Amino acid sequence: MSSTGEKTEIGRRDFLGVSAIVAGAIAMLSVVAGALRLTKSNVYYEQSQKFKIGRPENFPAGTKVKLDEKKVFIFSENSGLYAISSICTHLGCIVSQTDSGFLCPCHGSRYDGIGNVVGGPAPRALPWLEISLHEDGNLVVDASKEVKSGTMFLI
Amino acid sequence: MSESLKSGIEQFKDNIFGLKDSLTKSYLRAGKPTSDMSRAALMVNNFFLHIQGAKTHINTLRPAYTLGMGLIAFYLFIITCVSGALVMIFYNPSIEHAYSTVKDINYVVFAGRLMRNVHKWSGEGMIVFVLLHMARVLYTNSYKRGREFNWLIGIVLLVLTFVLNLTGYMLPWDQLSYWALVIVSNIIQSPKELTDILGLTKFVDIGGIQKEFFLAGTVPGAATLNRVYFLHIMLLPIIITTFIGVHFWRIRKDGGLTVPDNFNSSCNVDCGNLVVLPKKTGGIFTTNKTYGLMTMSKGVTPAVDRDVENTVLSWPNLAIAEAAVFVLCLAAVIVYSIFVDAPLKEAANALIPENPAKAPWYFLGLQEMVSYSAFMGSIVIPMLSVLGLALIPYLDRDQSDVGIWFSGSAGKKVAIKTLIVGSVCLIGMLAFVVNFGWFRNWWPSIAQIWIILINPANLWLLFVCAWSIWIIKSTGSTRMGAIALFTMFLVSYLILTYVGTELRGPNWEFFWSKAQWPIH
Repeated sequence: MSSTGEKTEIGRRDFLGVSAIVAGAIAMLSVVAGALRLTKSNVYYEQSQKFKIGRPENFPAGTKVKLDEKKVFIFSENSGLYAISSICTHLGCIVSQTDSGFLCPCHGSRYDGIGNVVGGPAPRALPWLEISLHEDGNLVVDASKEVKSGTMFLI
Repeated sequence: MSESLKSGIEQFKDNIFGLKDSLTKSYLRAGKPTSDMSRAALMVNNFFLHIQGAKTHINTLRPAYTLGMGLIAFYLFIITCVSGALVMIFYNPSIEHAYSTVKDINYVVFAGRLMRNVHKWSGEGMIVFVLLHMARVLYTNSYKRGREFNWLIGIVLLVLTFVLNLTGYMLPWDQLSYWALVIVSNIIQSPKELTDILGLTKFVDIGGIQKEFFLAGTVPGAATLNRVYFLHIMLLPIIITTFIGVHFWRIRKDGGLTVPDNFNSSCNVDCGNLVVLPKKTGGIFTTNKTYGLMTMSKGVTPAVDRDVENTVLSWPNLAIAEAAVFVLCLAAVIVYSIFVDAPLKEAANALIPENPAKAPWYFLGLQEMVSYSAFMGSIVIPMLSVLGLALIPYLDRDQSDVGIWFSGSAGKKVAIKTLIVGSVCLIGMLAFVVNFGWFRNWWPSIAQIWIILINPANLWLLFVCAWSIWIIKSTGSTRMGAIALFTMFLVSYLILTYVGTELRGPNWEFFWSKAQWPIH
C-alpha cells in the first residue's frame, strides 16, 4: 500500500495499465490509418494529363481553338503558342469563351483574354499549361504542369 | 387407449380453433388491451413501442404544441427507406448503366416513376420537417433541463439529412449528378484556397487529399459513383438510423417532451377532451379502493380521479395519434408524387456544364454564398452556422419558461423584430452585391485573402452574431439571444435560398424572373 499524499512516483500496476492503454490506442490508430489508406487506390484509370495536340503547322498565328475533350484552349500568336485551361479555378466548371475573355456558367466567375480574374468568386487566374514539342514533331500539352502566365512556346 | 387418442385429437382440434386467441396472447403477453393494466403492458412489452412510455403527458398529445414535426420527419425517413429499397431493385450503380436504369425506373417499371418520386420527395421532405421540428424545439424552449445533448444529436441528424439528399442526387448520373460531383469535390478541395495563400500546399495539400478521398480519383468517374452509392445506400443510412435510435432513447431518458411548469391550469381548457381518460374501475383500480396517508407533500389535494401528473395511457391515446399522422404523411407523399415528377436531366456530359448549373433548392442558399467565396461560403460559414446552432443550449442556460412558445410575449416580439430587421438588412446587402459587385469587380488584381476575409457572407455572419449579442444585452436574457440567433438562421436560409432559386439565372447573374433569361 502506498502512503497517501507525498507519493508521486507511478506504481508498477499503474505503469503497466497506462502502457497497455497507450499501446492499445496506438494499435487501434494504426488499424484506422491503414483502413483510410485503403480508400486511395494506387492506380487511377483516368485519361492522361499529358496529351498531343498536333503539329505546329496546324496552329498558324491567330488560331484560337478549344479542345473540348482535353479541357484546354490553344492560342497562337506571332509571339508564340500558349495553352489555357478551361477548368474554372472556383469550383471546376468549364468556362466558355466570350468577346472579352472567359465566363464560368456555374457561379459567374469572369476572366480576361489571358485568363486573369476580373470578376466573380474565382480565387486565381486560369492556369497556363506547359507546351512542349515531342520528338515525333507533335506539340504536347501537360495539364498537370502550370507555367507562368505570359509564357509563350516559340515554334 | 382409444379414449386417450380421442382426447388428443380433441385437444388438437381445440388448439386449431383457439389459434387466434393463443397467437394473440403469445404476441401481446398481457392479453388484449382491455384494461388499463394490459394497455400499459402492451406498450412496455412491444419492442417497437417500448421506447415510448406506458403513459404520456397530455401536453405531449396537444397537436398545437409539437405540431407532429419530429414524428413526420421520422415517418418520411421510413418512407424514404422503403421506396429507396424498391428503386434499388432496378438501379445499377455504374456510369454505363446508371442513367439508363433510372430511365427504366421512370418509363418501364410498373409504378417505378411513382416510387422514385416518393423516394425523392420524402427525402426532400425530411429536410423541411427536420428544420421545422428544430424550429419547434427552439421556439418552445425545449432544449433544456437535460435535453441539451439531444439537441446535439438533432444537429447531427440535420447534417446527415442534407448529406443523404446530396449523395442521392449524385446517383442517376445525369447532368445534375455529374456537375454536383465536380462542384462538391472542388468544395471539399477548397481549403487549398487558404493553404495556397499560406504557402502550405506544397507540404500538405489537405484539400487535394480530401478531394481524392471523395472522388476515388481526380475526376468524377466509375470509382466515384461506386463510392457515393456506398455512402448513400449503406454507410449513411446505418449512421442516421443509429442516431435516430439514440435521439428517441434520449427523449425517454431526458423525461419526455417538455411541459410548461404551470401546465395544470392551461390543460383543462384546451386538451381535456382530446384524450381517452383512464377507466378507474378495472385492473388495479378497484371501485372500493381505500387510500392511506403515505407522505406529506407540497401542492393541493391528491388527484384521485385522474392519472398522476396529467398523464394518460399511451395506448390508445398516443398510438392512435401516431398511426393517424403516418397515414396522412404517406397519403400526402403519394399524392404529391403522383402530380410532381422528380427531375431527371440529360445524361452526364463532362464537356458542357449546364447553364446555370443549379443544385436542388435546399442548397441554393449555399450556392449563393459560394458565389462570393468557395472556401468561406461552402465550408467555413456552414461549419460556423452548425457550430453556433449546436451551442445554443450551452450558451443559453436560462432554465425558466420551458415548454412555452417563444417563452411568452417577449420572445414573440424578439422573433418578429429579428424577422423584420434580418429580412430588410439581408435583402439590402444582397441588392448592394447584385448592383455593385464586390472587391474583384472593383480591384481585379486584389489578393484572394481579402476576399476570403471580407465578403458578403462573412459580413452577414458577423451581423447575425452582433444582432444576437445586442438582443442579449438589451433584454438581459440569453434565451432572447437564442431566439434572435435562430430566427436569423431561418431568415438567412429562406432568403438566400429564394435568391439562389428564383433570382439567379445563366452565369449566376441576377434576373427578376426566369422569363427574362436570355435565349441561347
